[in-house]
Amino acid sequence: MSVLRPLDKLPGLNTATILLVGAEDALLQLLADSMLKEDCVSQLKVHLARSLPLPANVNRPRIDLIVFVVNLHSKYSLQNTEESLRHVDSSFFLGKVCFLATGAGQENHCIIHRHTVVKLAHTYQSPLLFCDLEVEGFRATMAQRLVRMLQICAGHMPGVSALNLLSLLRSSESPSLEDL
Amino acid sequence: MDETVAEFIKRTILKIPMSQMTTILKAWEFLSENQLQTVNFRQRKESVVQHLVELCEEKHASLNDAALLDIICEDVDPFDMKQFKSSFKKVLQRALKNVTVSFRDTEENAVWIRIAWGTQYTKPNQYKPTYVVYYSQTPYAFTSLSTLKSNIPLLGQALKIASKHQEIVKMDLRSRYLDSLKAIVFKQYNQNFETHNPTTPLQERSVGLHVNMDSRIIHENAMEKERVQRITQETFGDYPQPQIEFAQYKLETKFKNGSILAEREEPLRCLIKFSSPHLLEALKSLAPAGIADAPLSPLLTCIPNKKMNYFKIRDK
Repeated sequence: MSVLRPLDKLPGLNTATILLVGAEDALLQLLADSMLKEDCVSQLKVHLARSLPLPANVNRPRIDLIVFVVNLHSKYSLQNTEESLRHVDSSFFLGKVCFLATGAGQENHCIIHRHTVVKLAHTYQSPLLFCDLEVEGFRATMAQRLVRMLQICAGHMPGVSALNLLSLLRSSESPSLEDL
Repeated sequence: MDETVAEFIKRTILKIPMSQMTTILKAWEFLSENQLQTVNFRQRKESVVQHLVELCEEKHASLNDAALLDIICEDVDPFDMKQFKSSFKKVLQRALKNVTVSFRDTEENAVWIRIAWGTQYTKPNQYKPTYVVYYSQTPYAFTSLSTLKSNIPLLGQALKIASKHQEIVKMDLRSRYLDSLKAIVFKQYNQNFETHNPTTPLQERSVGLHVNMDSRIIHENAMEKERVQRITQETFGDYPQPQIEFAQYKLETKFKNGSILAEREEPLRCLIKFSSPHLLEALKSLAPAGIADAPLSPLLTCIPNKKMNYFKIRDK
């Protein structure tokens, strides 16, 4: 069973690797391009996958952050994410996973309710970010944010760990249990 | 005249039924009026044939003449455009006193018909005509039906009678683009209009994906993408799809999951309609875009093959 584990490989020197998982390749590509445009001291690597598990027997670096991209316009996208989540080891969910929901801006095309993704993120104790990836301005801002998160998760920011970041994000953004 | 030619002519004439004998011989135009008058067509068939072969000998019929006779026998009832038009007009005018019918011939043996409908008491409405395009060499006619429902069976009757067919069937295929309907019905859509280099690798020909050259981006599921591309190409081909705007599925089936709806005795009726400015191209791009899994449901991909885009689905 090929399950992704956060610490099963040694880190590369000054390298930070992010894995974007989503059914719509065009969106992932856009986000990857935006992230690589950012100025960053660390060497960035972006892996794009349609779903998990990843193909076995491939030499890949240690993955520092997984972003599951869910398109609120597509039920297939959500299903794909839910199935892929099963192939991630639970220790990843200590700050090294986040969910990104796109398409909320076009409300008449949304068929997945906001609550659904909020609940999903809550179930996996991970942050949920909203960003319309097709809009360049929003995408650039999100790319910046993800690069900073990635650096923290890769351990390149002294004094801040992925777990620290998670607890910081959780207290300000996630709704309390009663709200759900 | 050669022995073989004589034999060929004899056998060809023998195949003609007596009722059509004079019509065909006249259409052949080889034997003159005078010669035909000397033949007693009331005799036994063998005697008639014998006489005719002798006449052909007198005129030194060649193999070409014999071949021409053969063709005429095959195409016994050649399509007569004038007759079609007058017959069509007659049928409509007999039923509805007030109707305007106009014709225009185009290439490909097609005739455009414009019909303005009235009733027994009112003049034809020239602002809501119906157009029909009939391809005389095929059993297909295309119509735009902007008229009262009551006129539609009459139109069908007129077409059937004028074109001398036994039956007329309404196909479940609709679109706003006559060329696309023609492409589907005459199976002309699978022609490659663009010239492409057949050695182009699969990724470059793919729909909507751009190959990113940045080596910091790694595509983990390249195999999967290739599989999807391959299946899409096998299903839809490389050529542009005919343009249709809708696909409609009328379902009368039982619900099949574990919920309370599955316990109903009667089938569930529901209507599913897909619409798009270019439906088939949209369907083709679904799997490569990651919006659906490949292969797509055969209910969607069978549209050009089955020449239908309006379906009724029942449980078997």
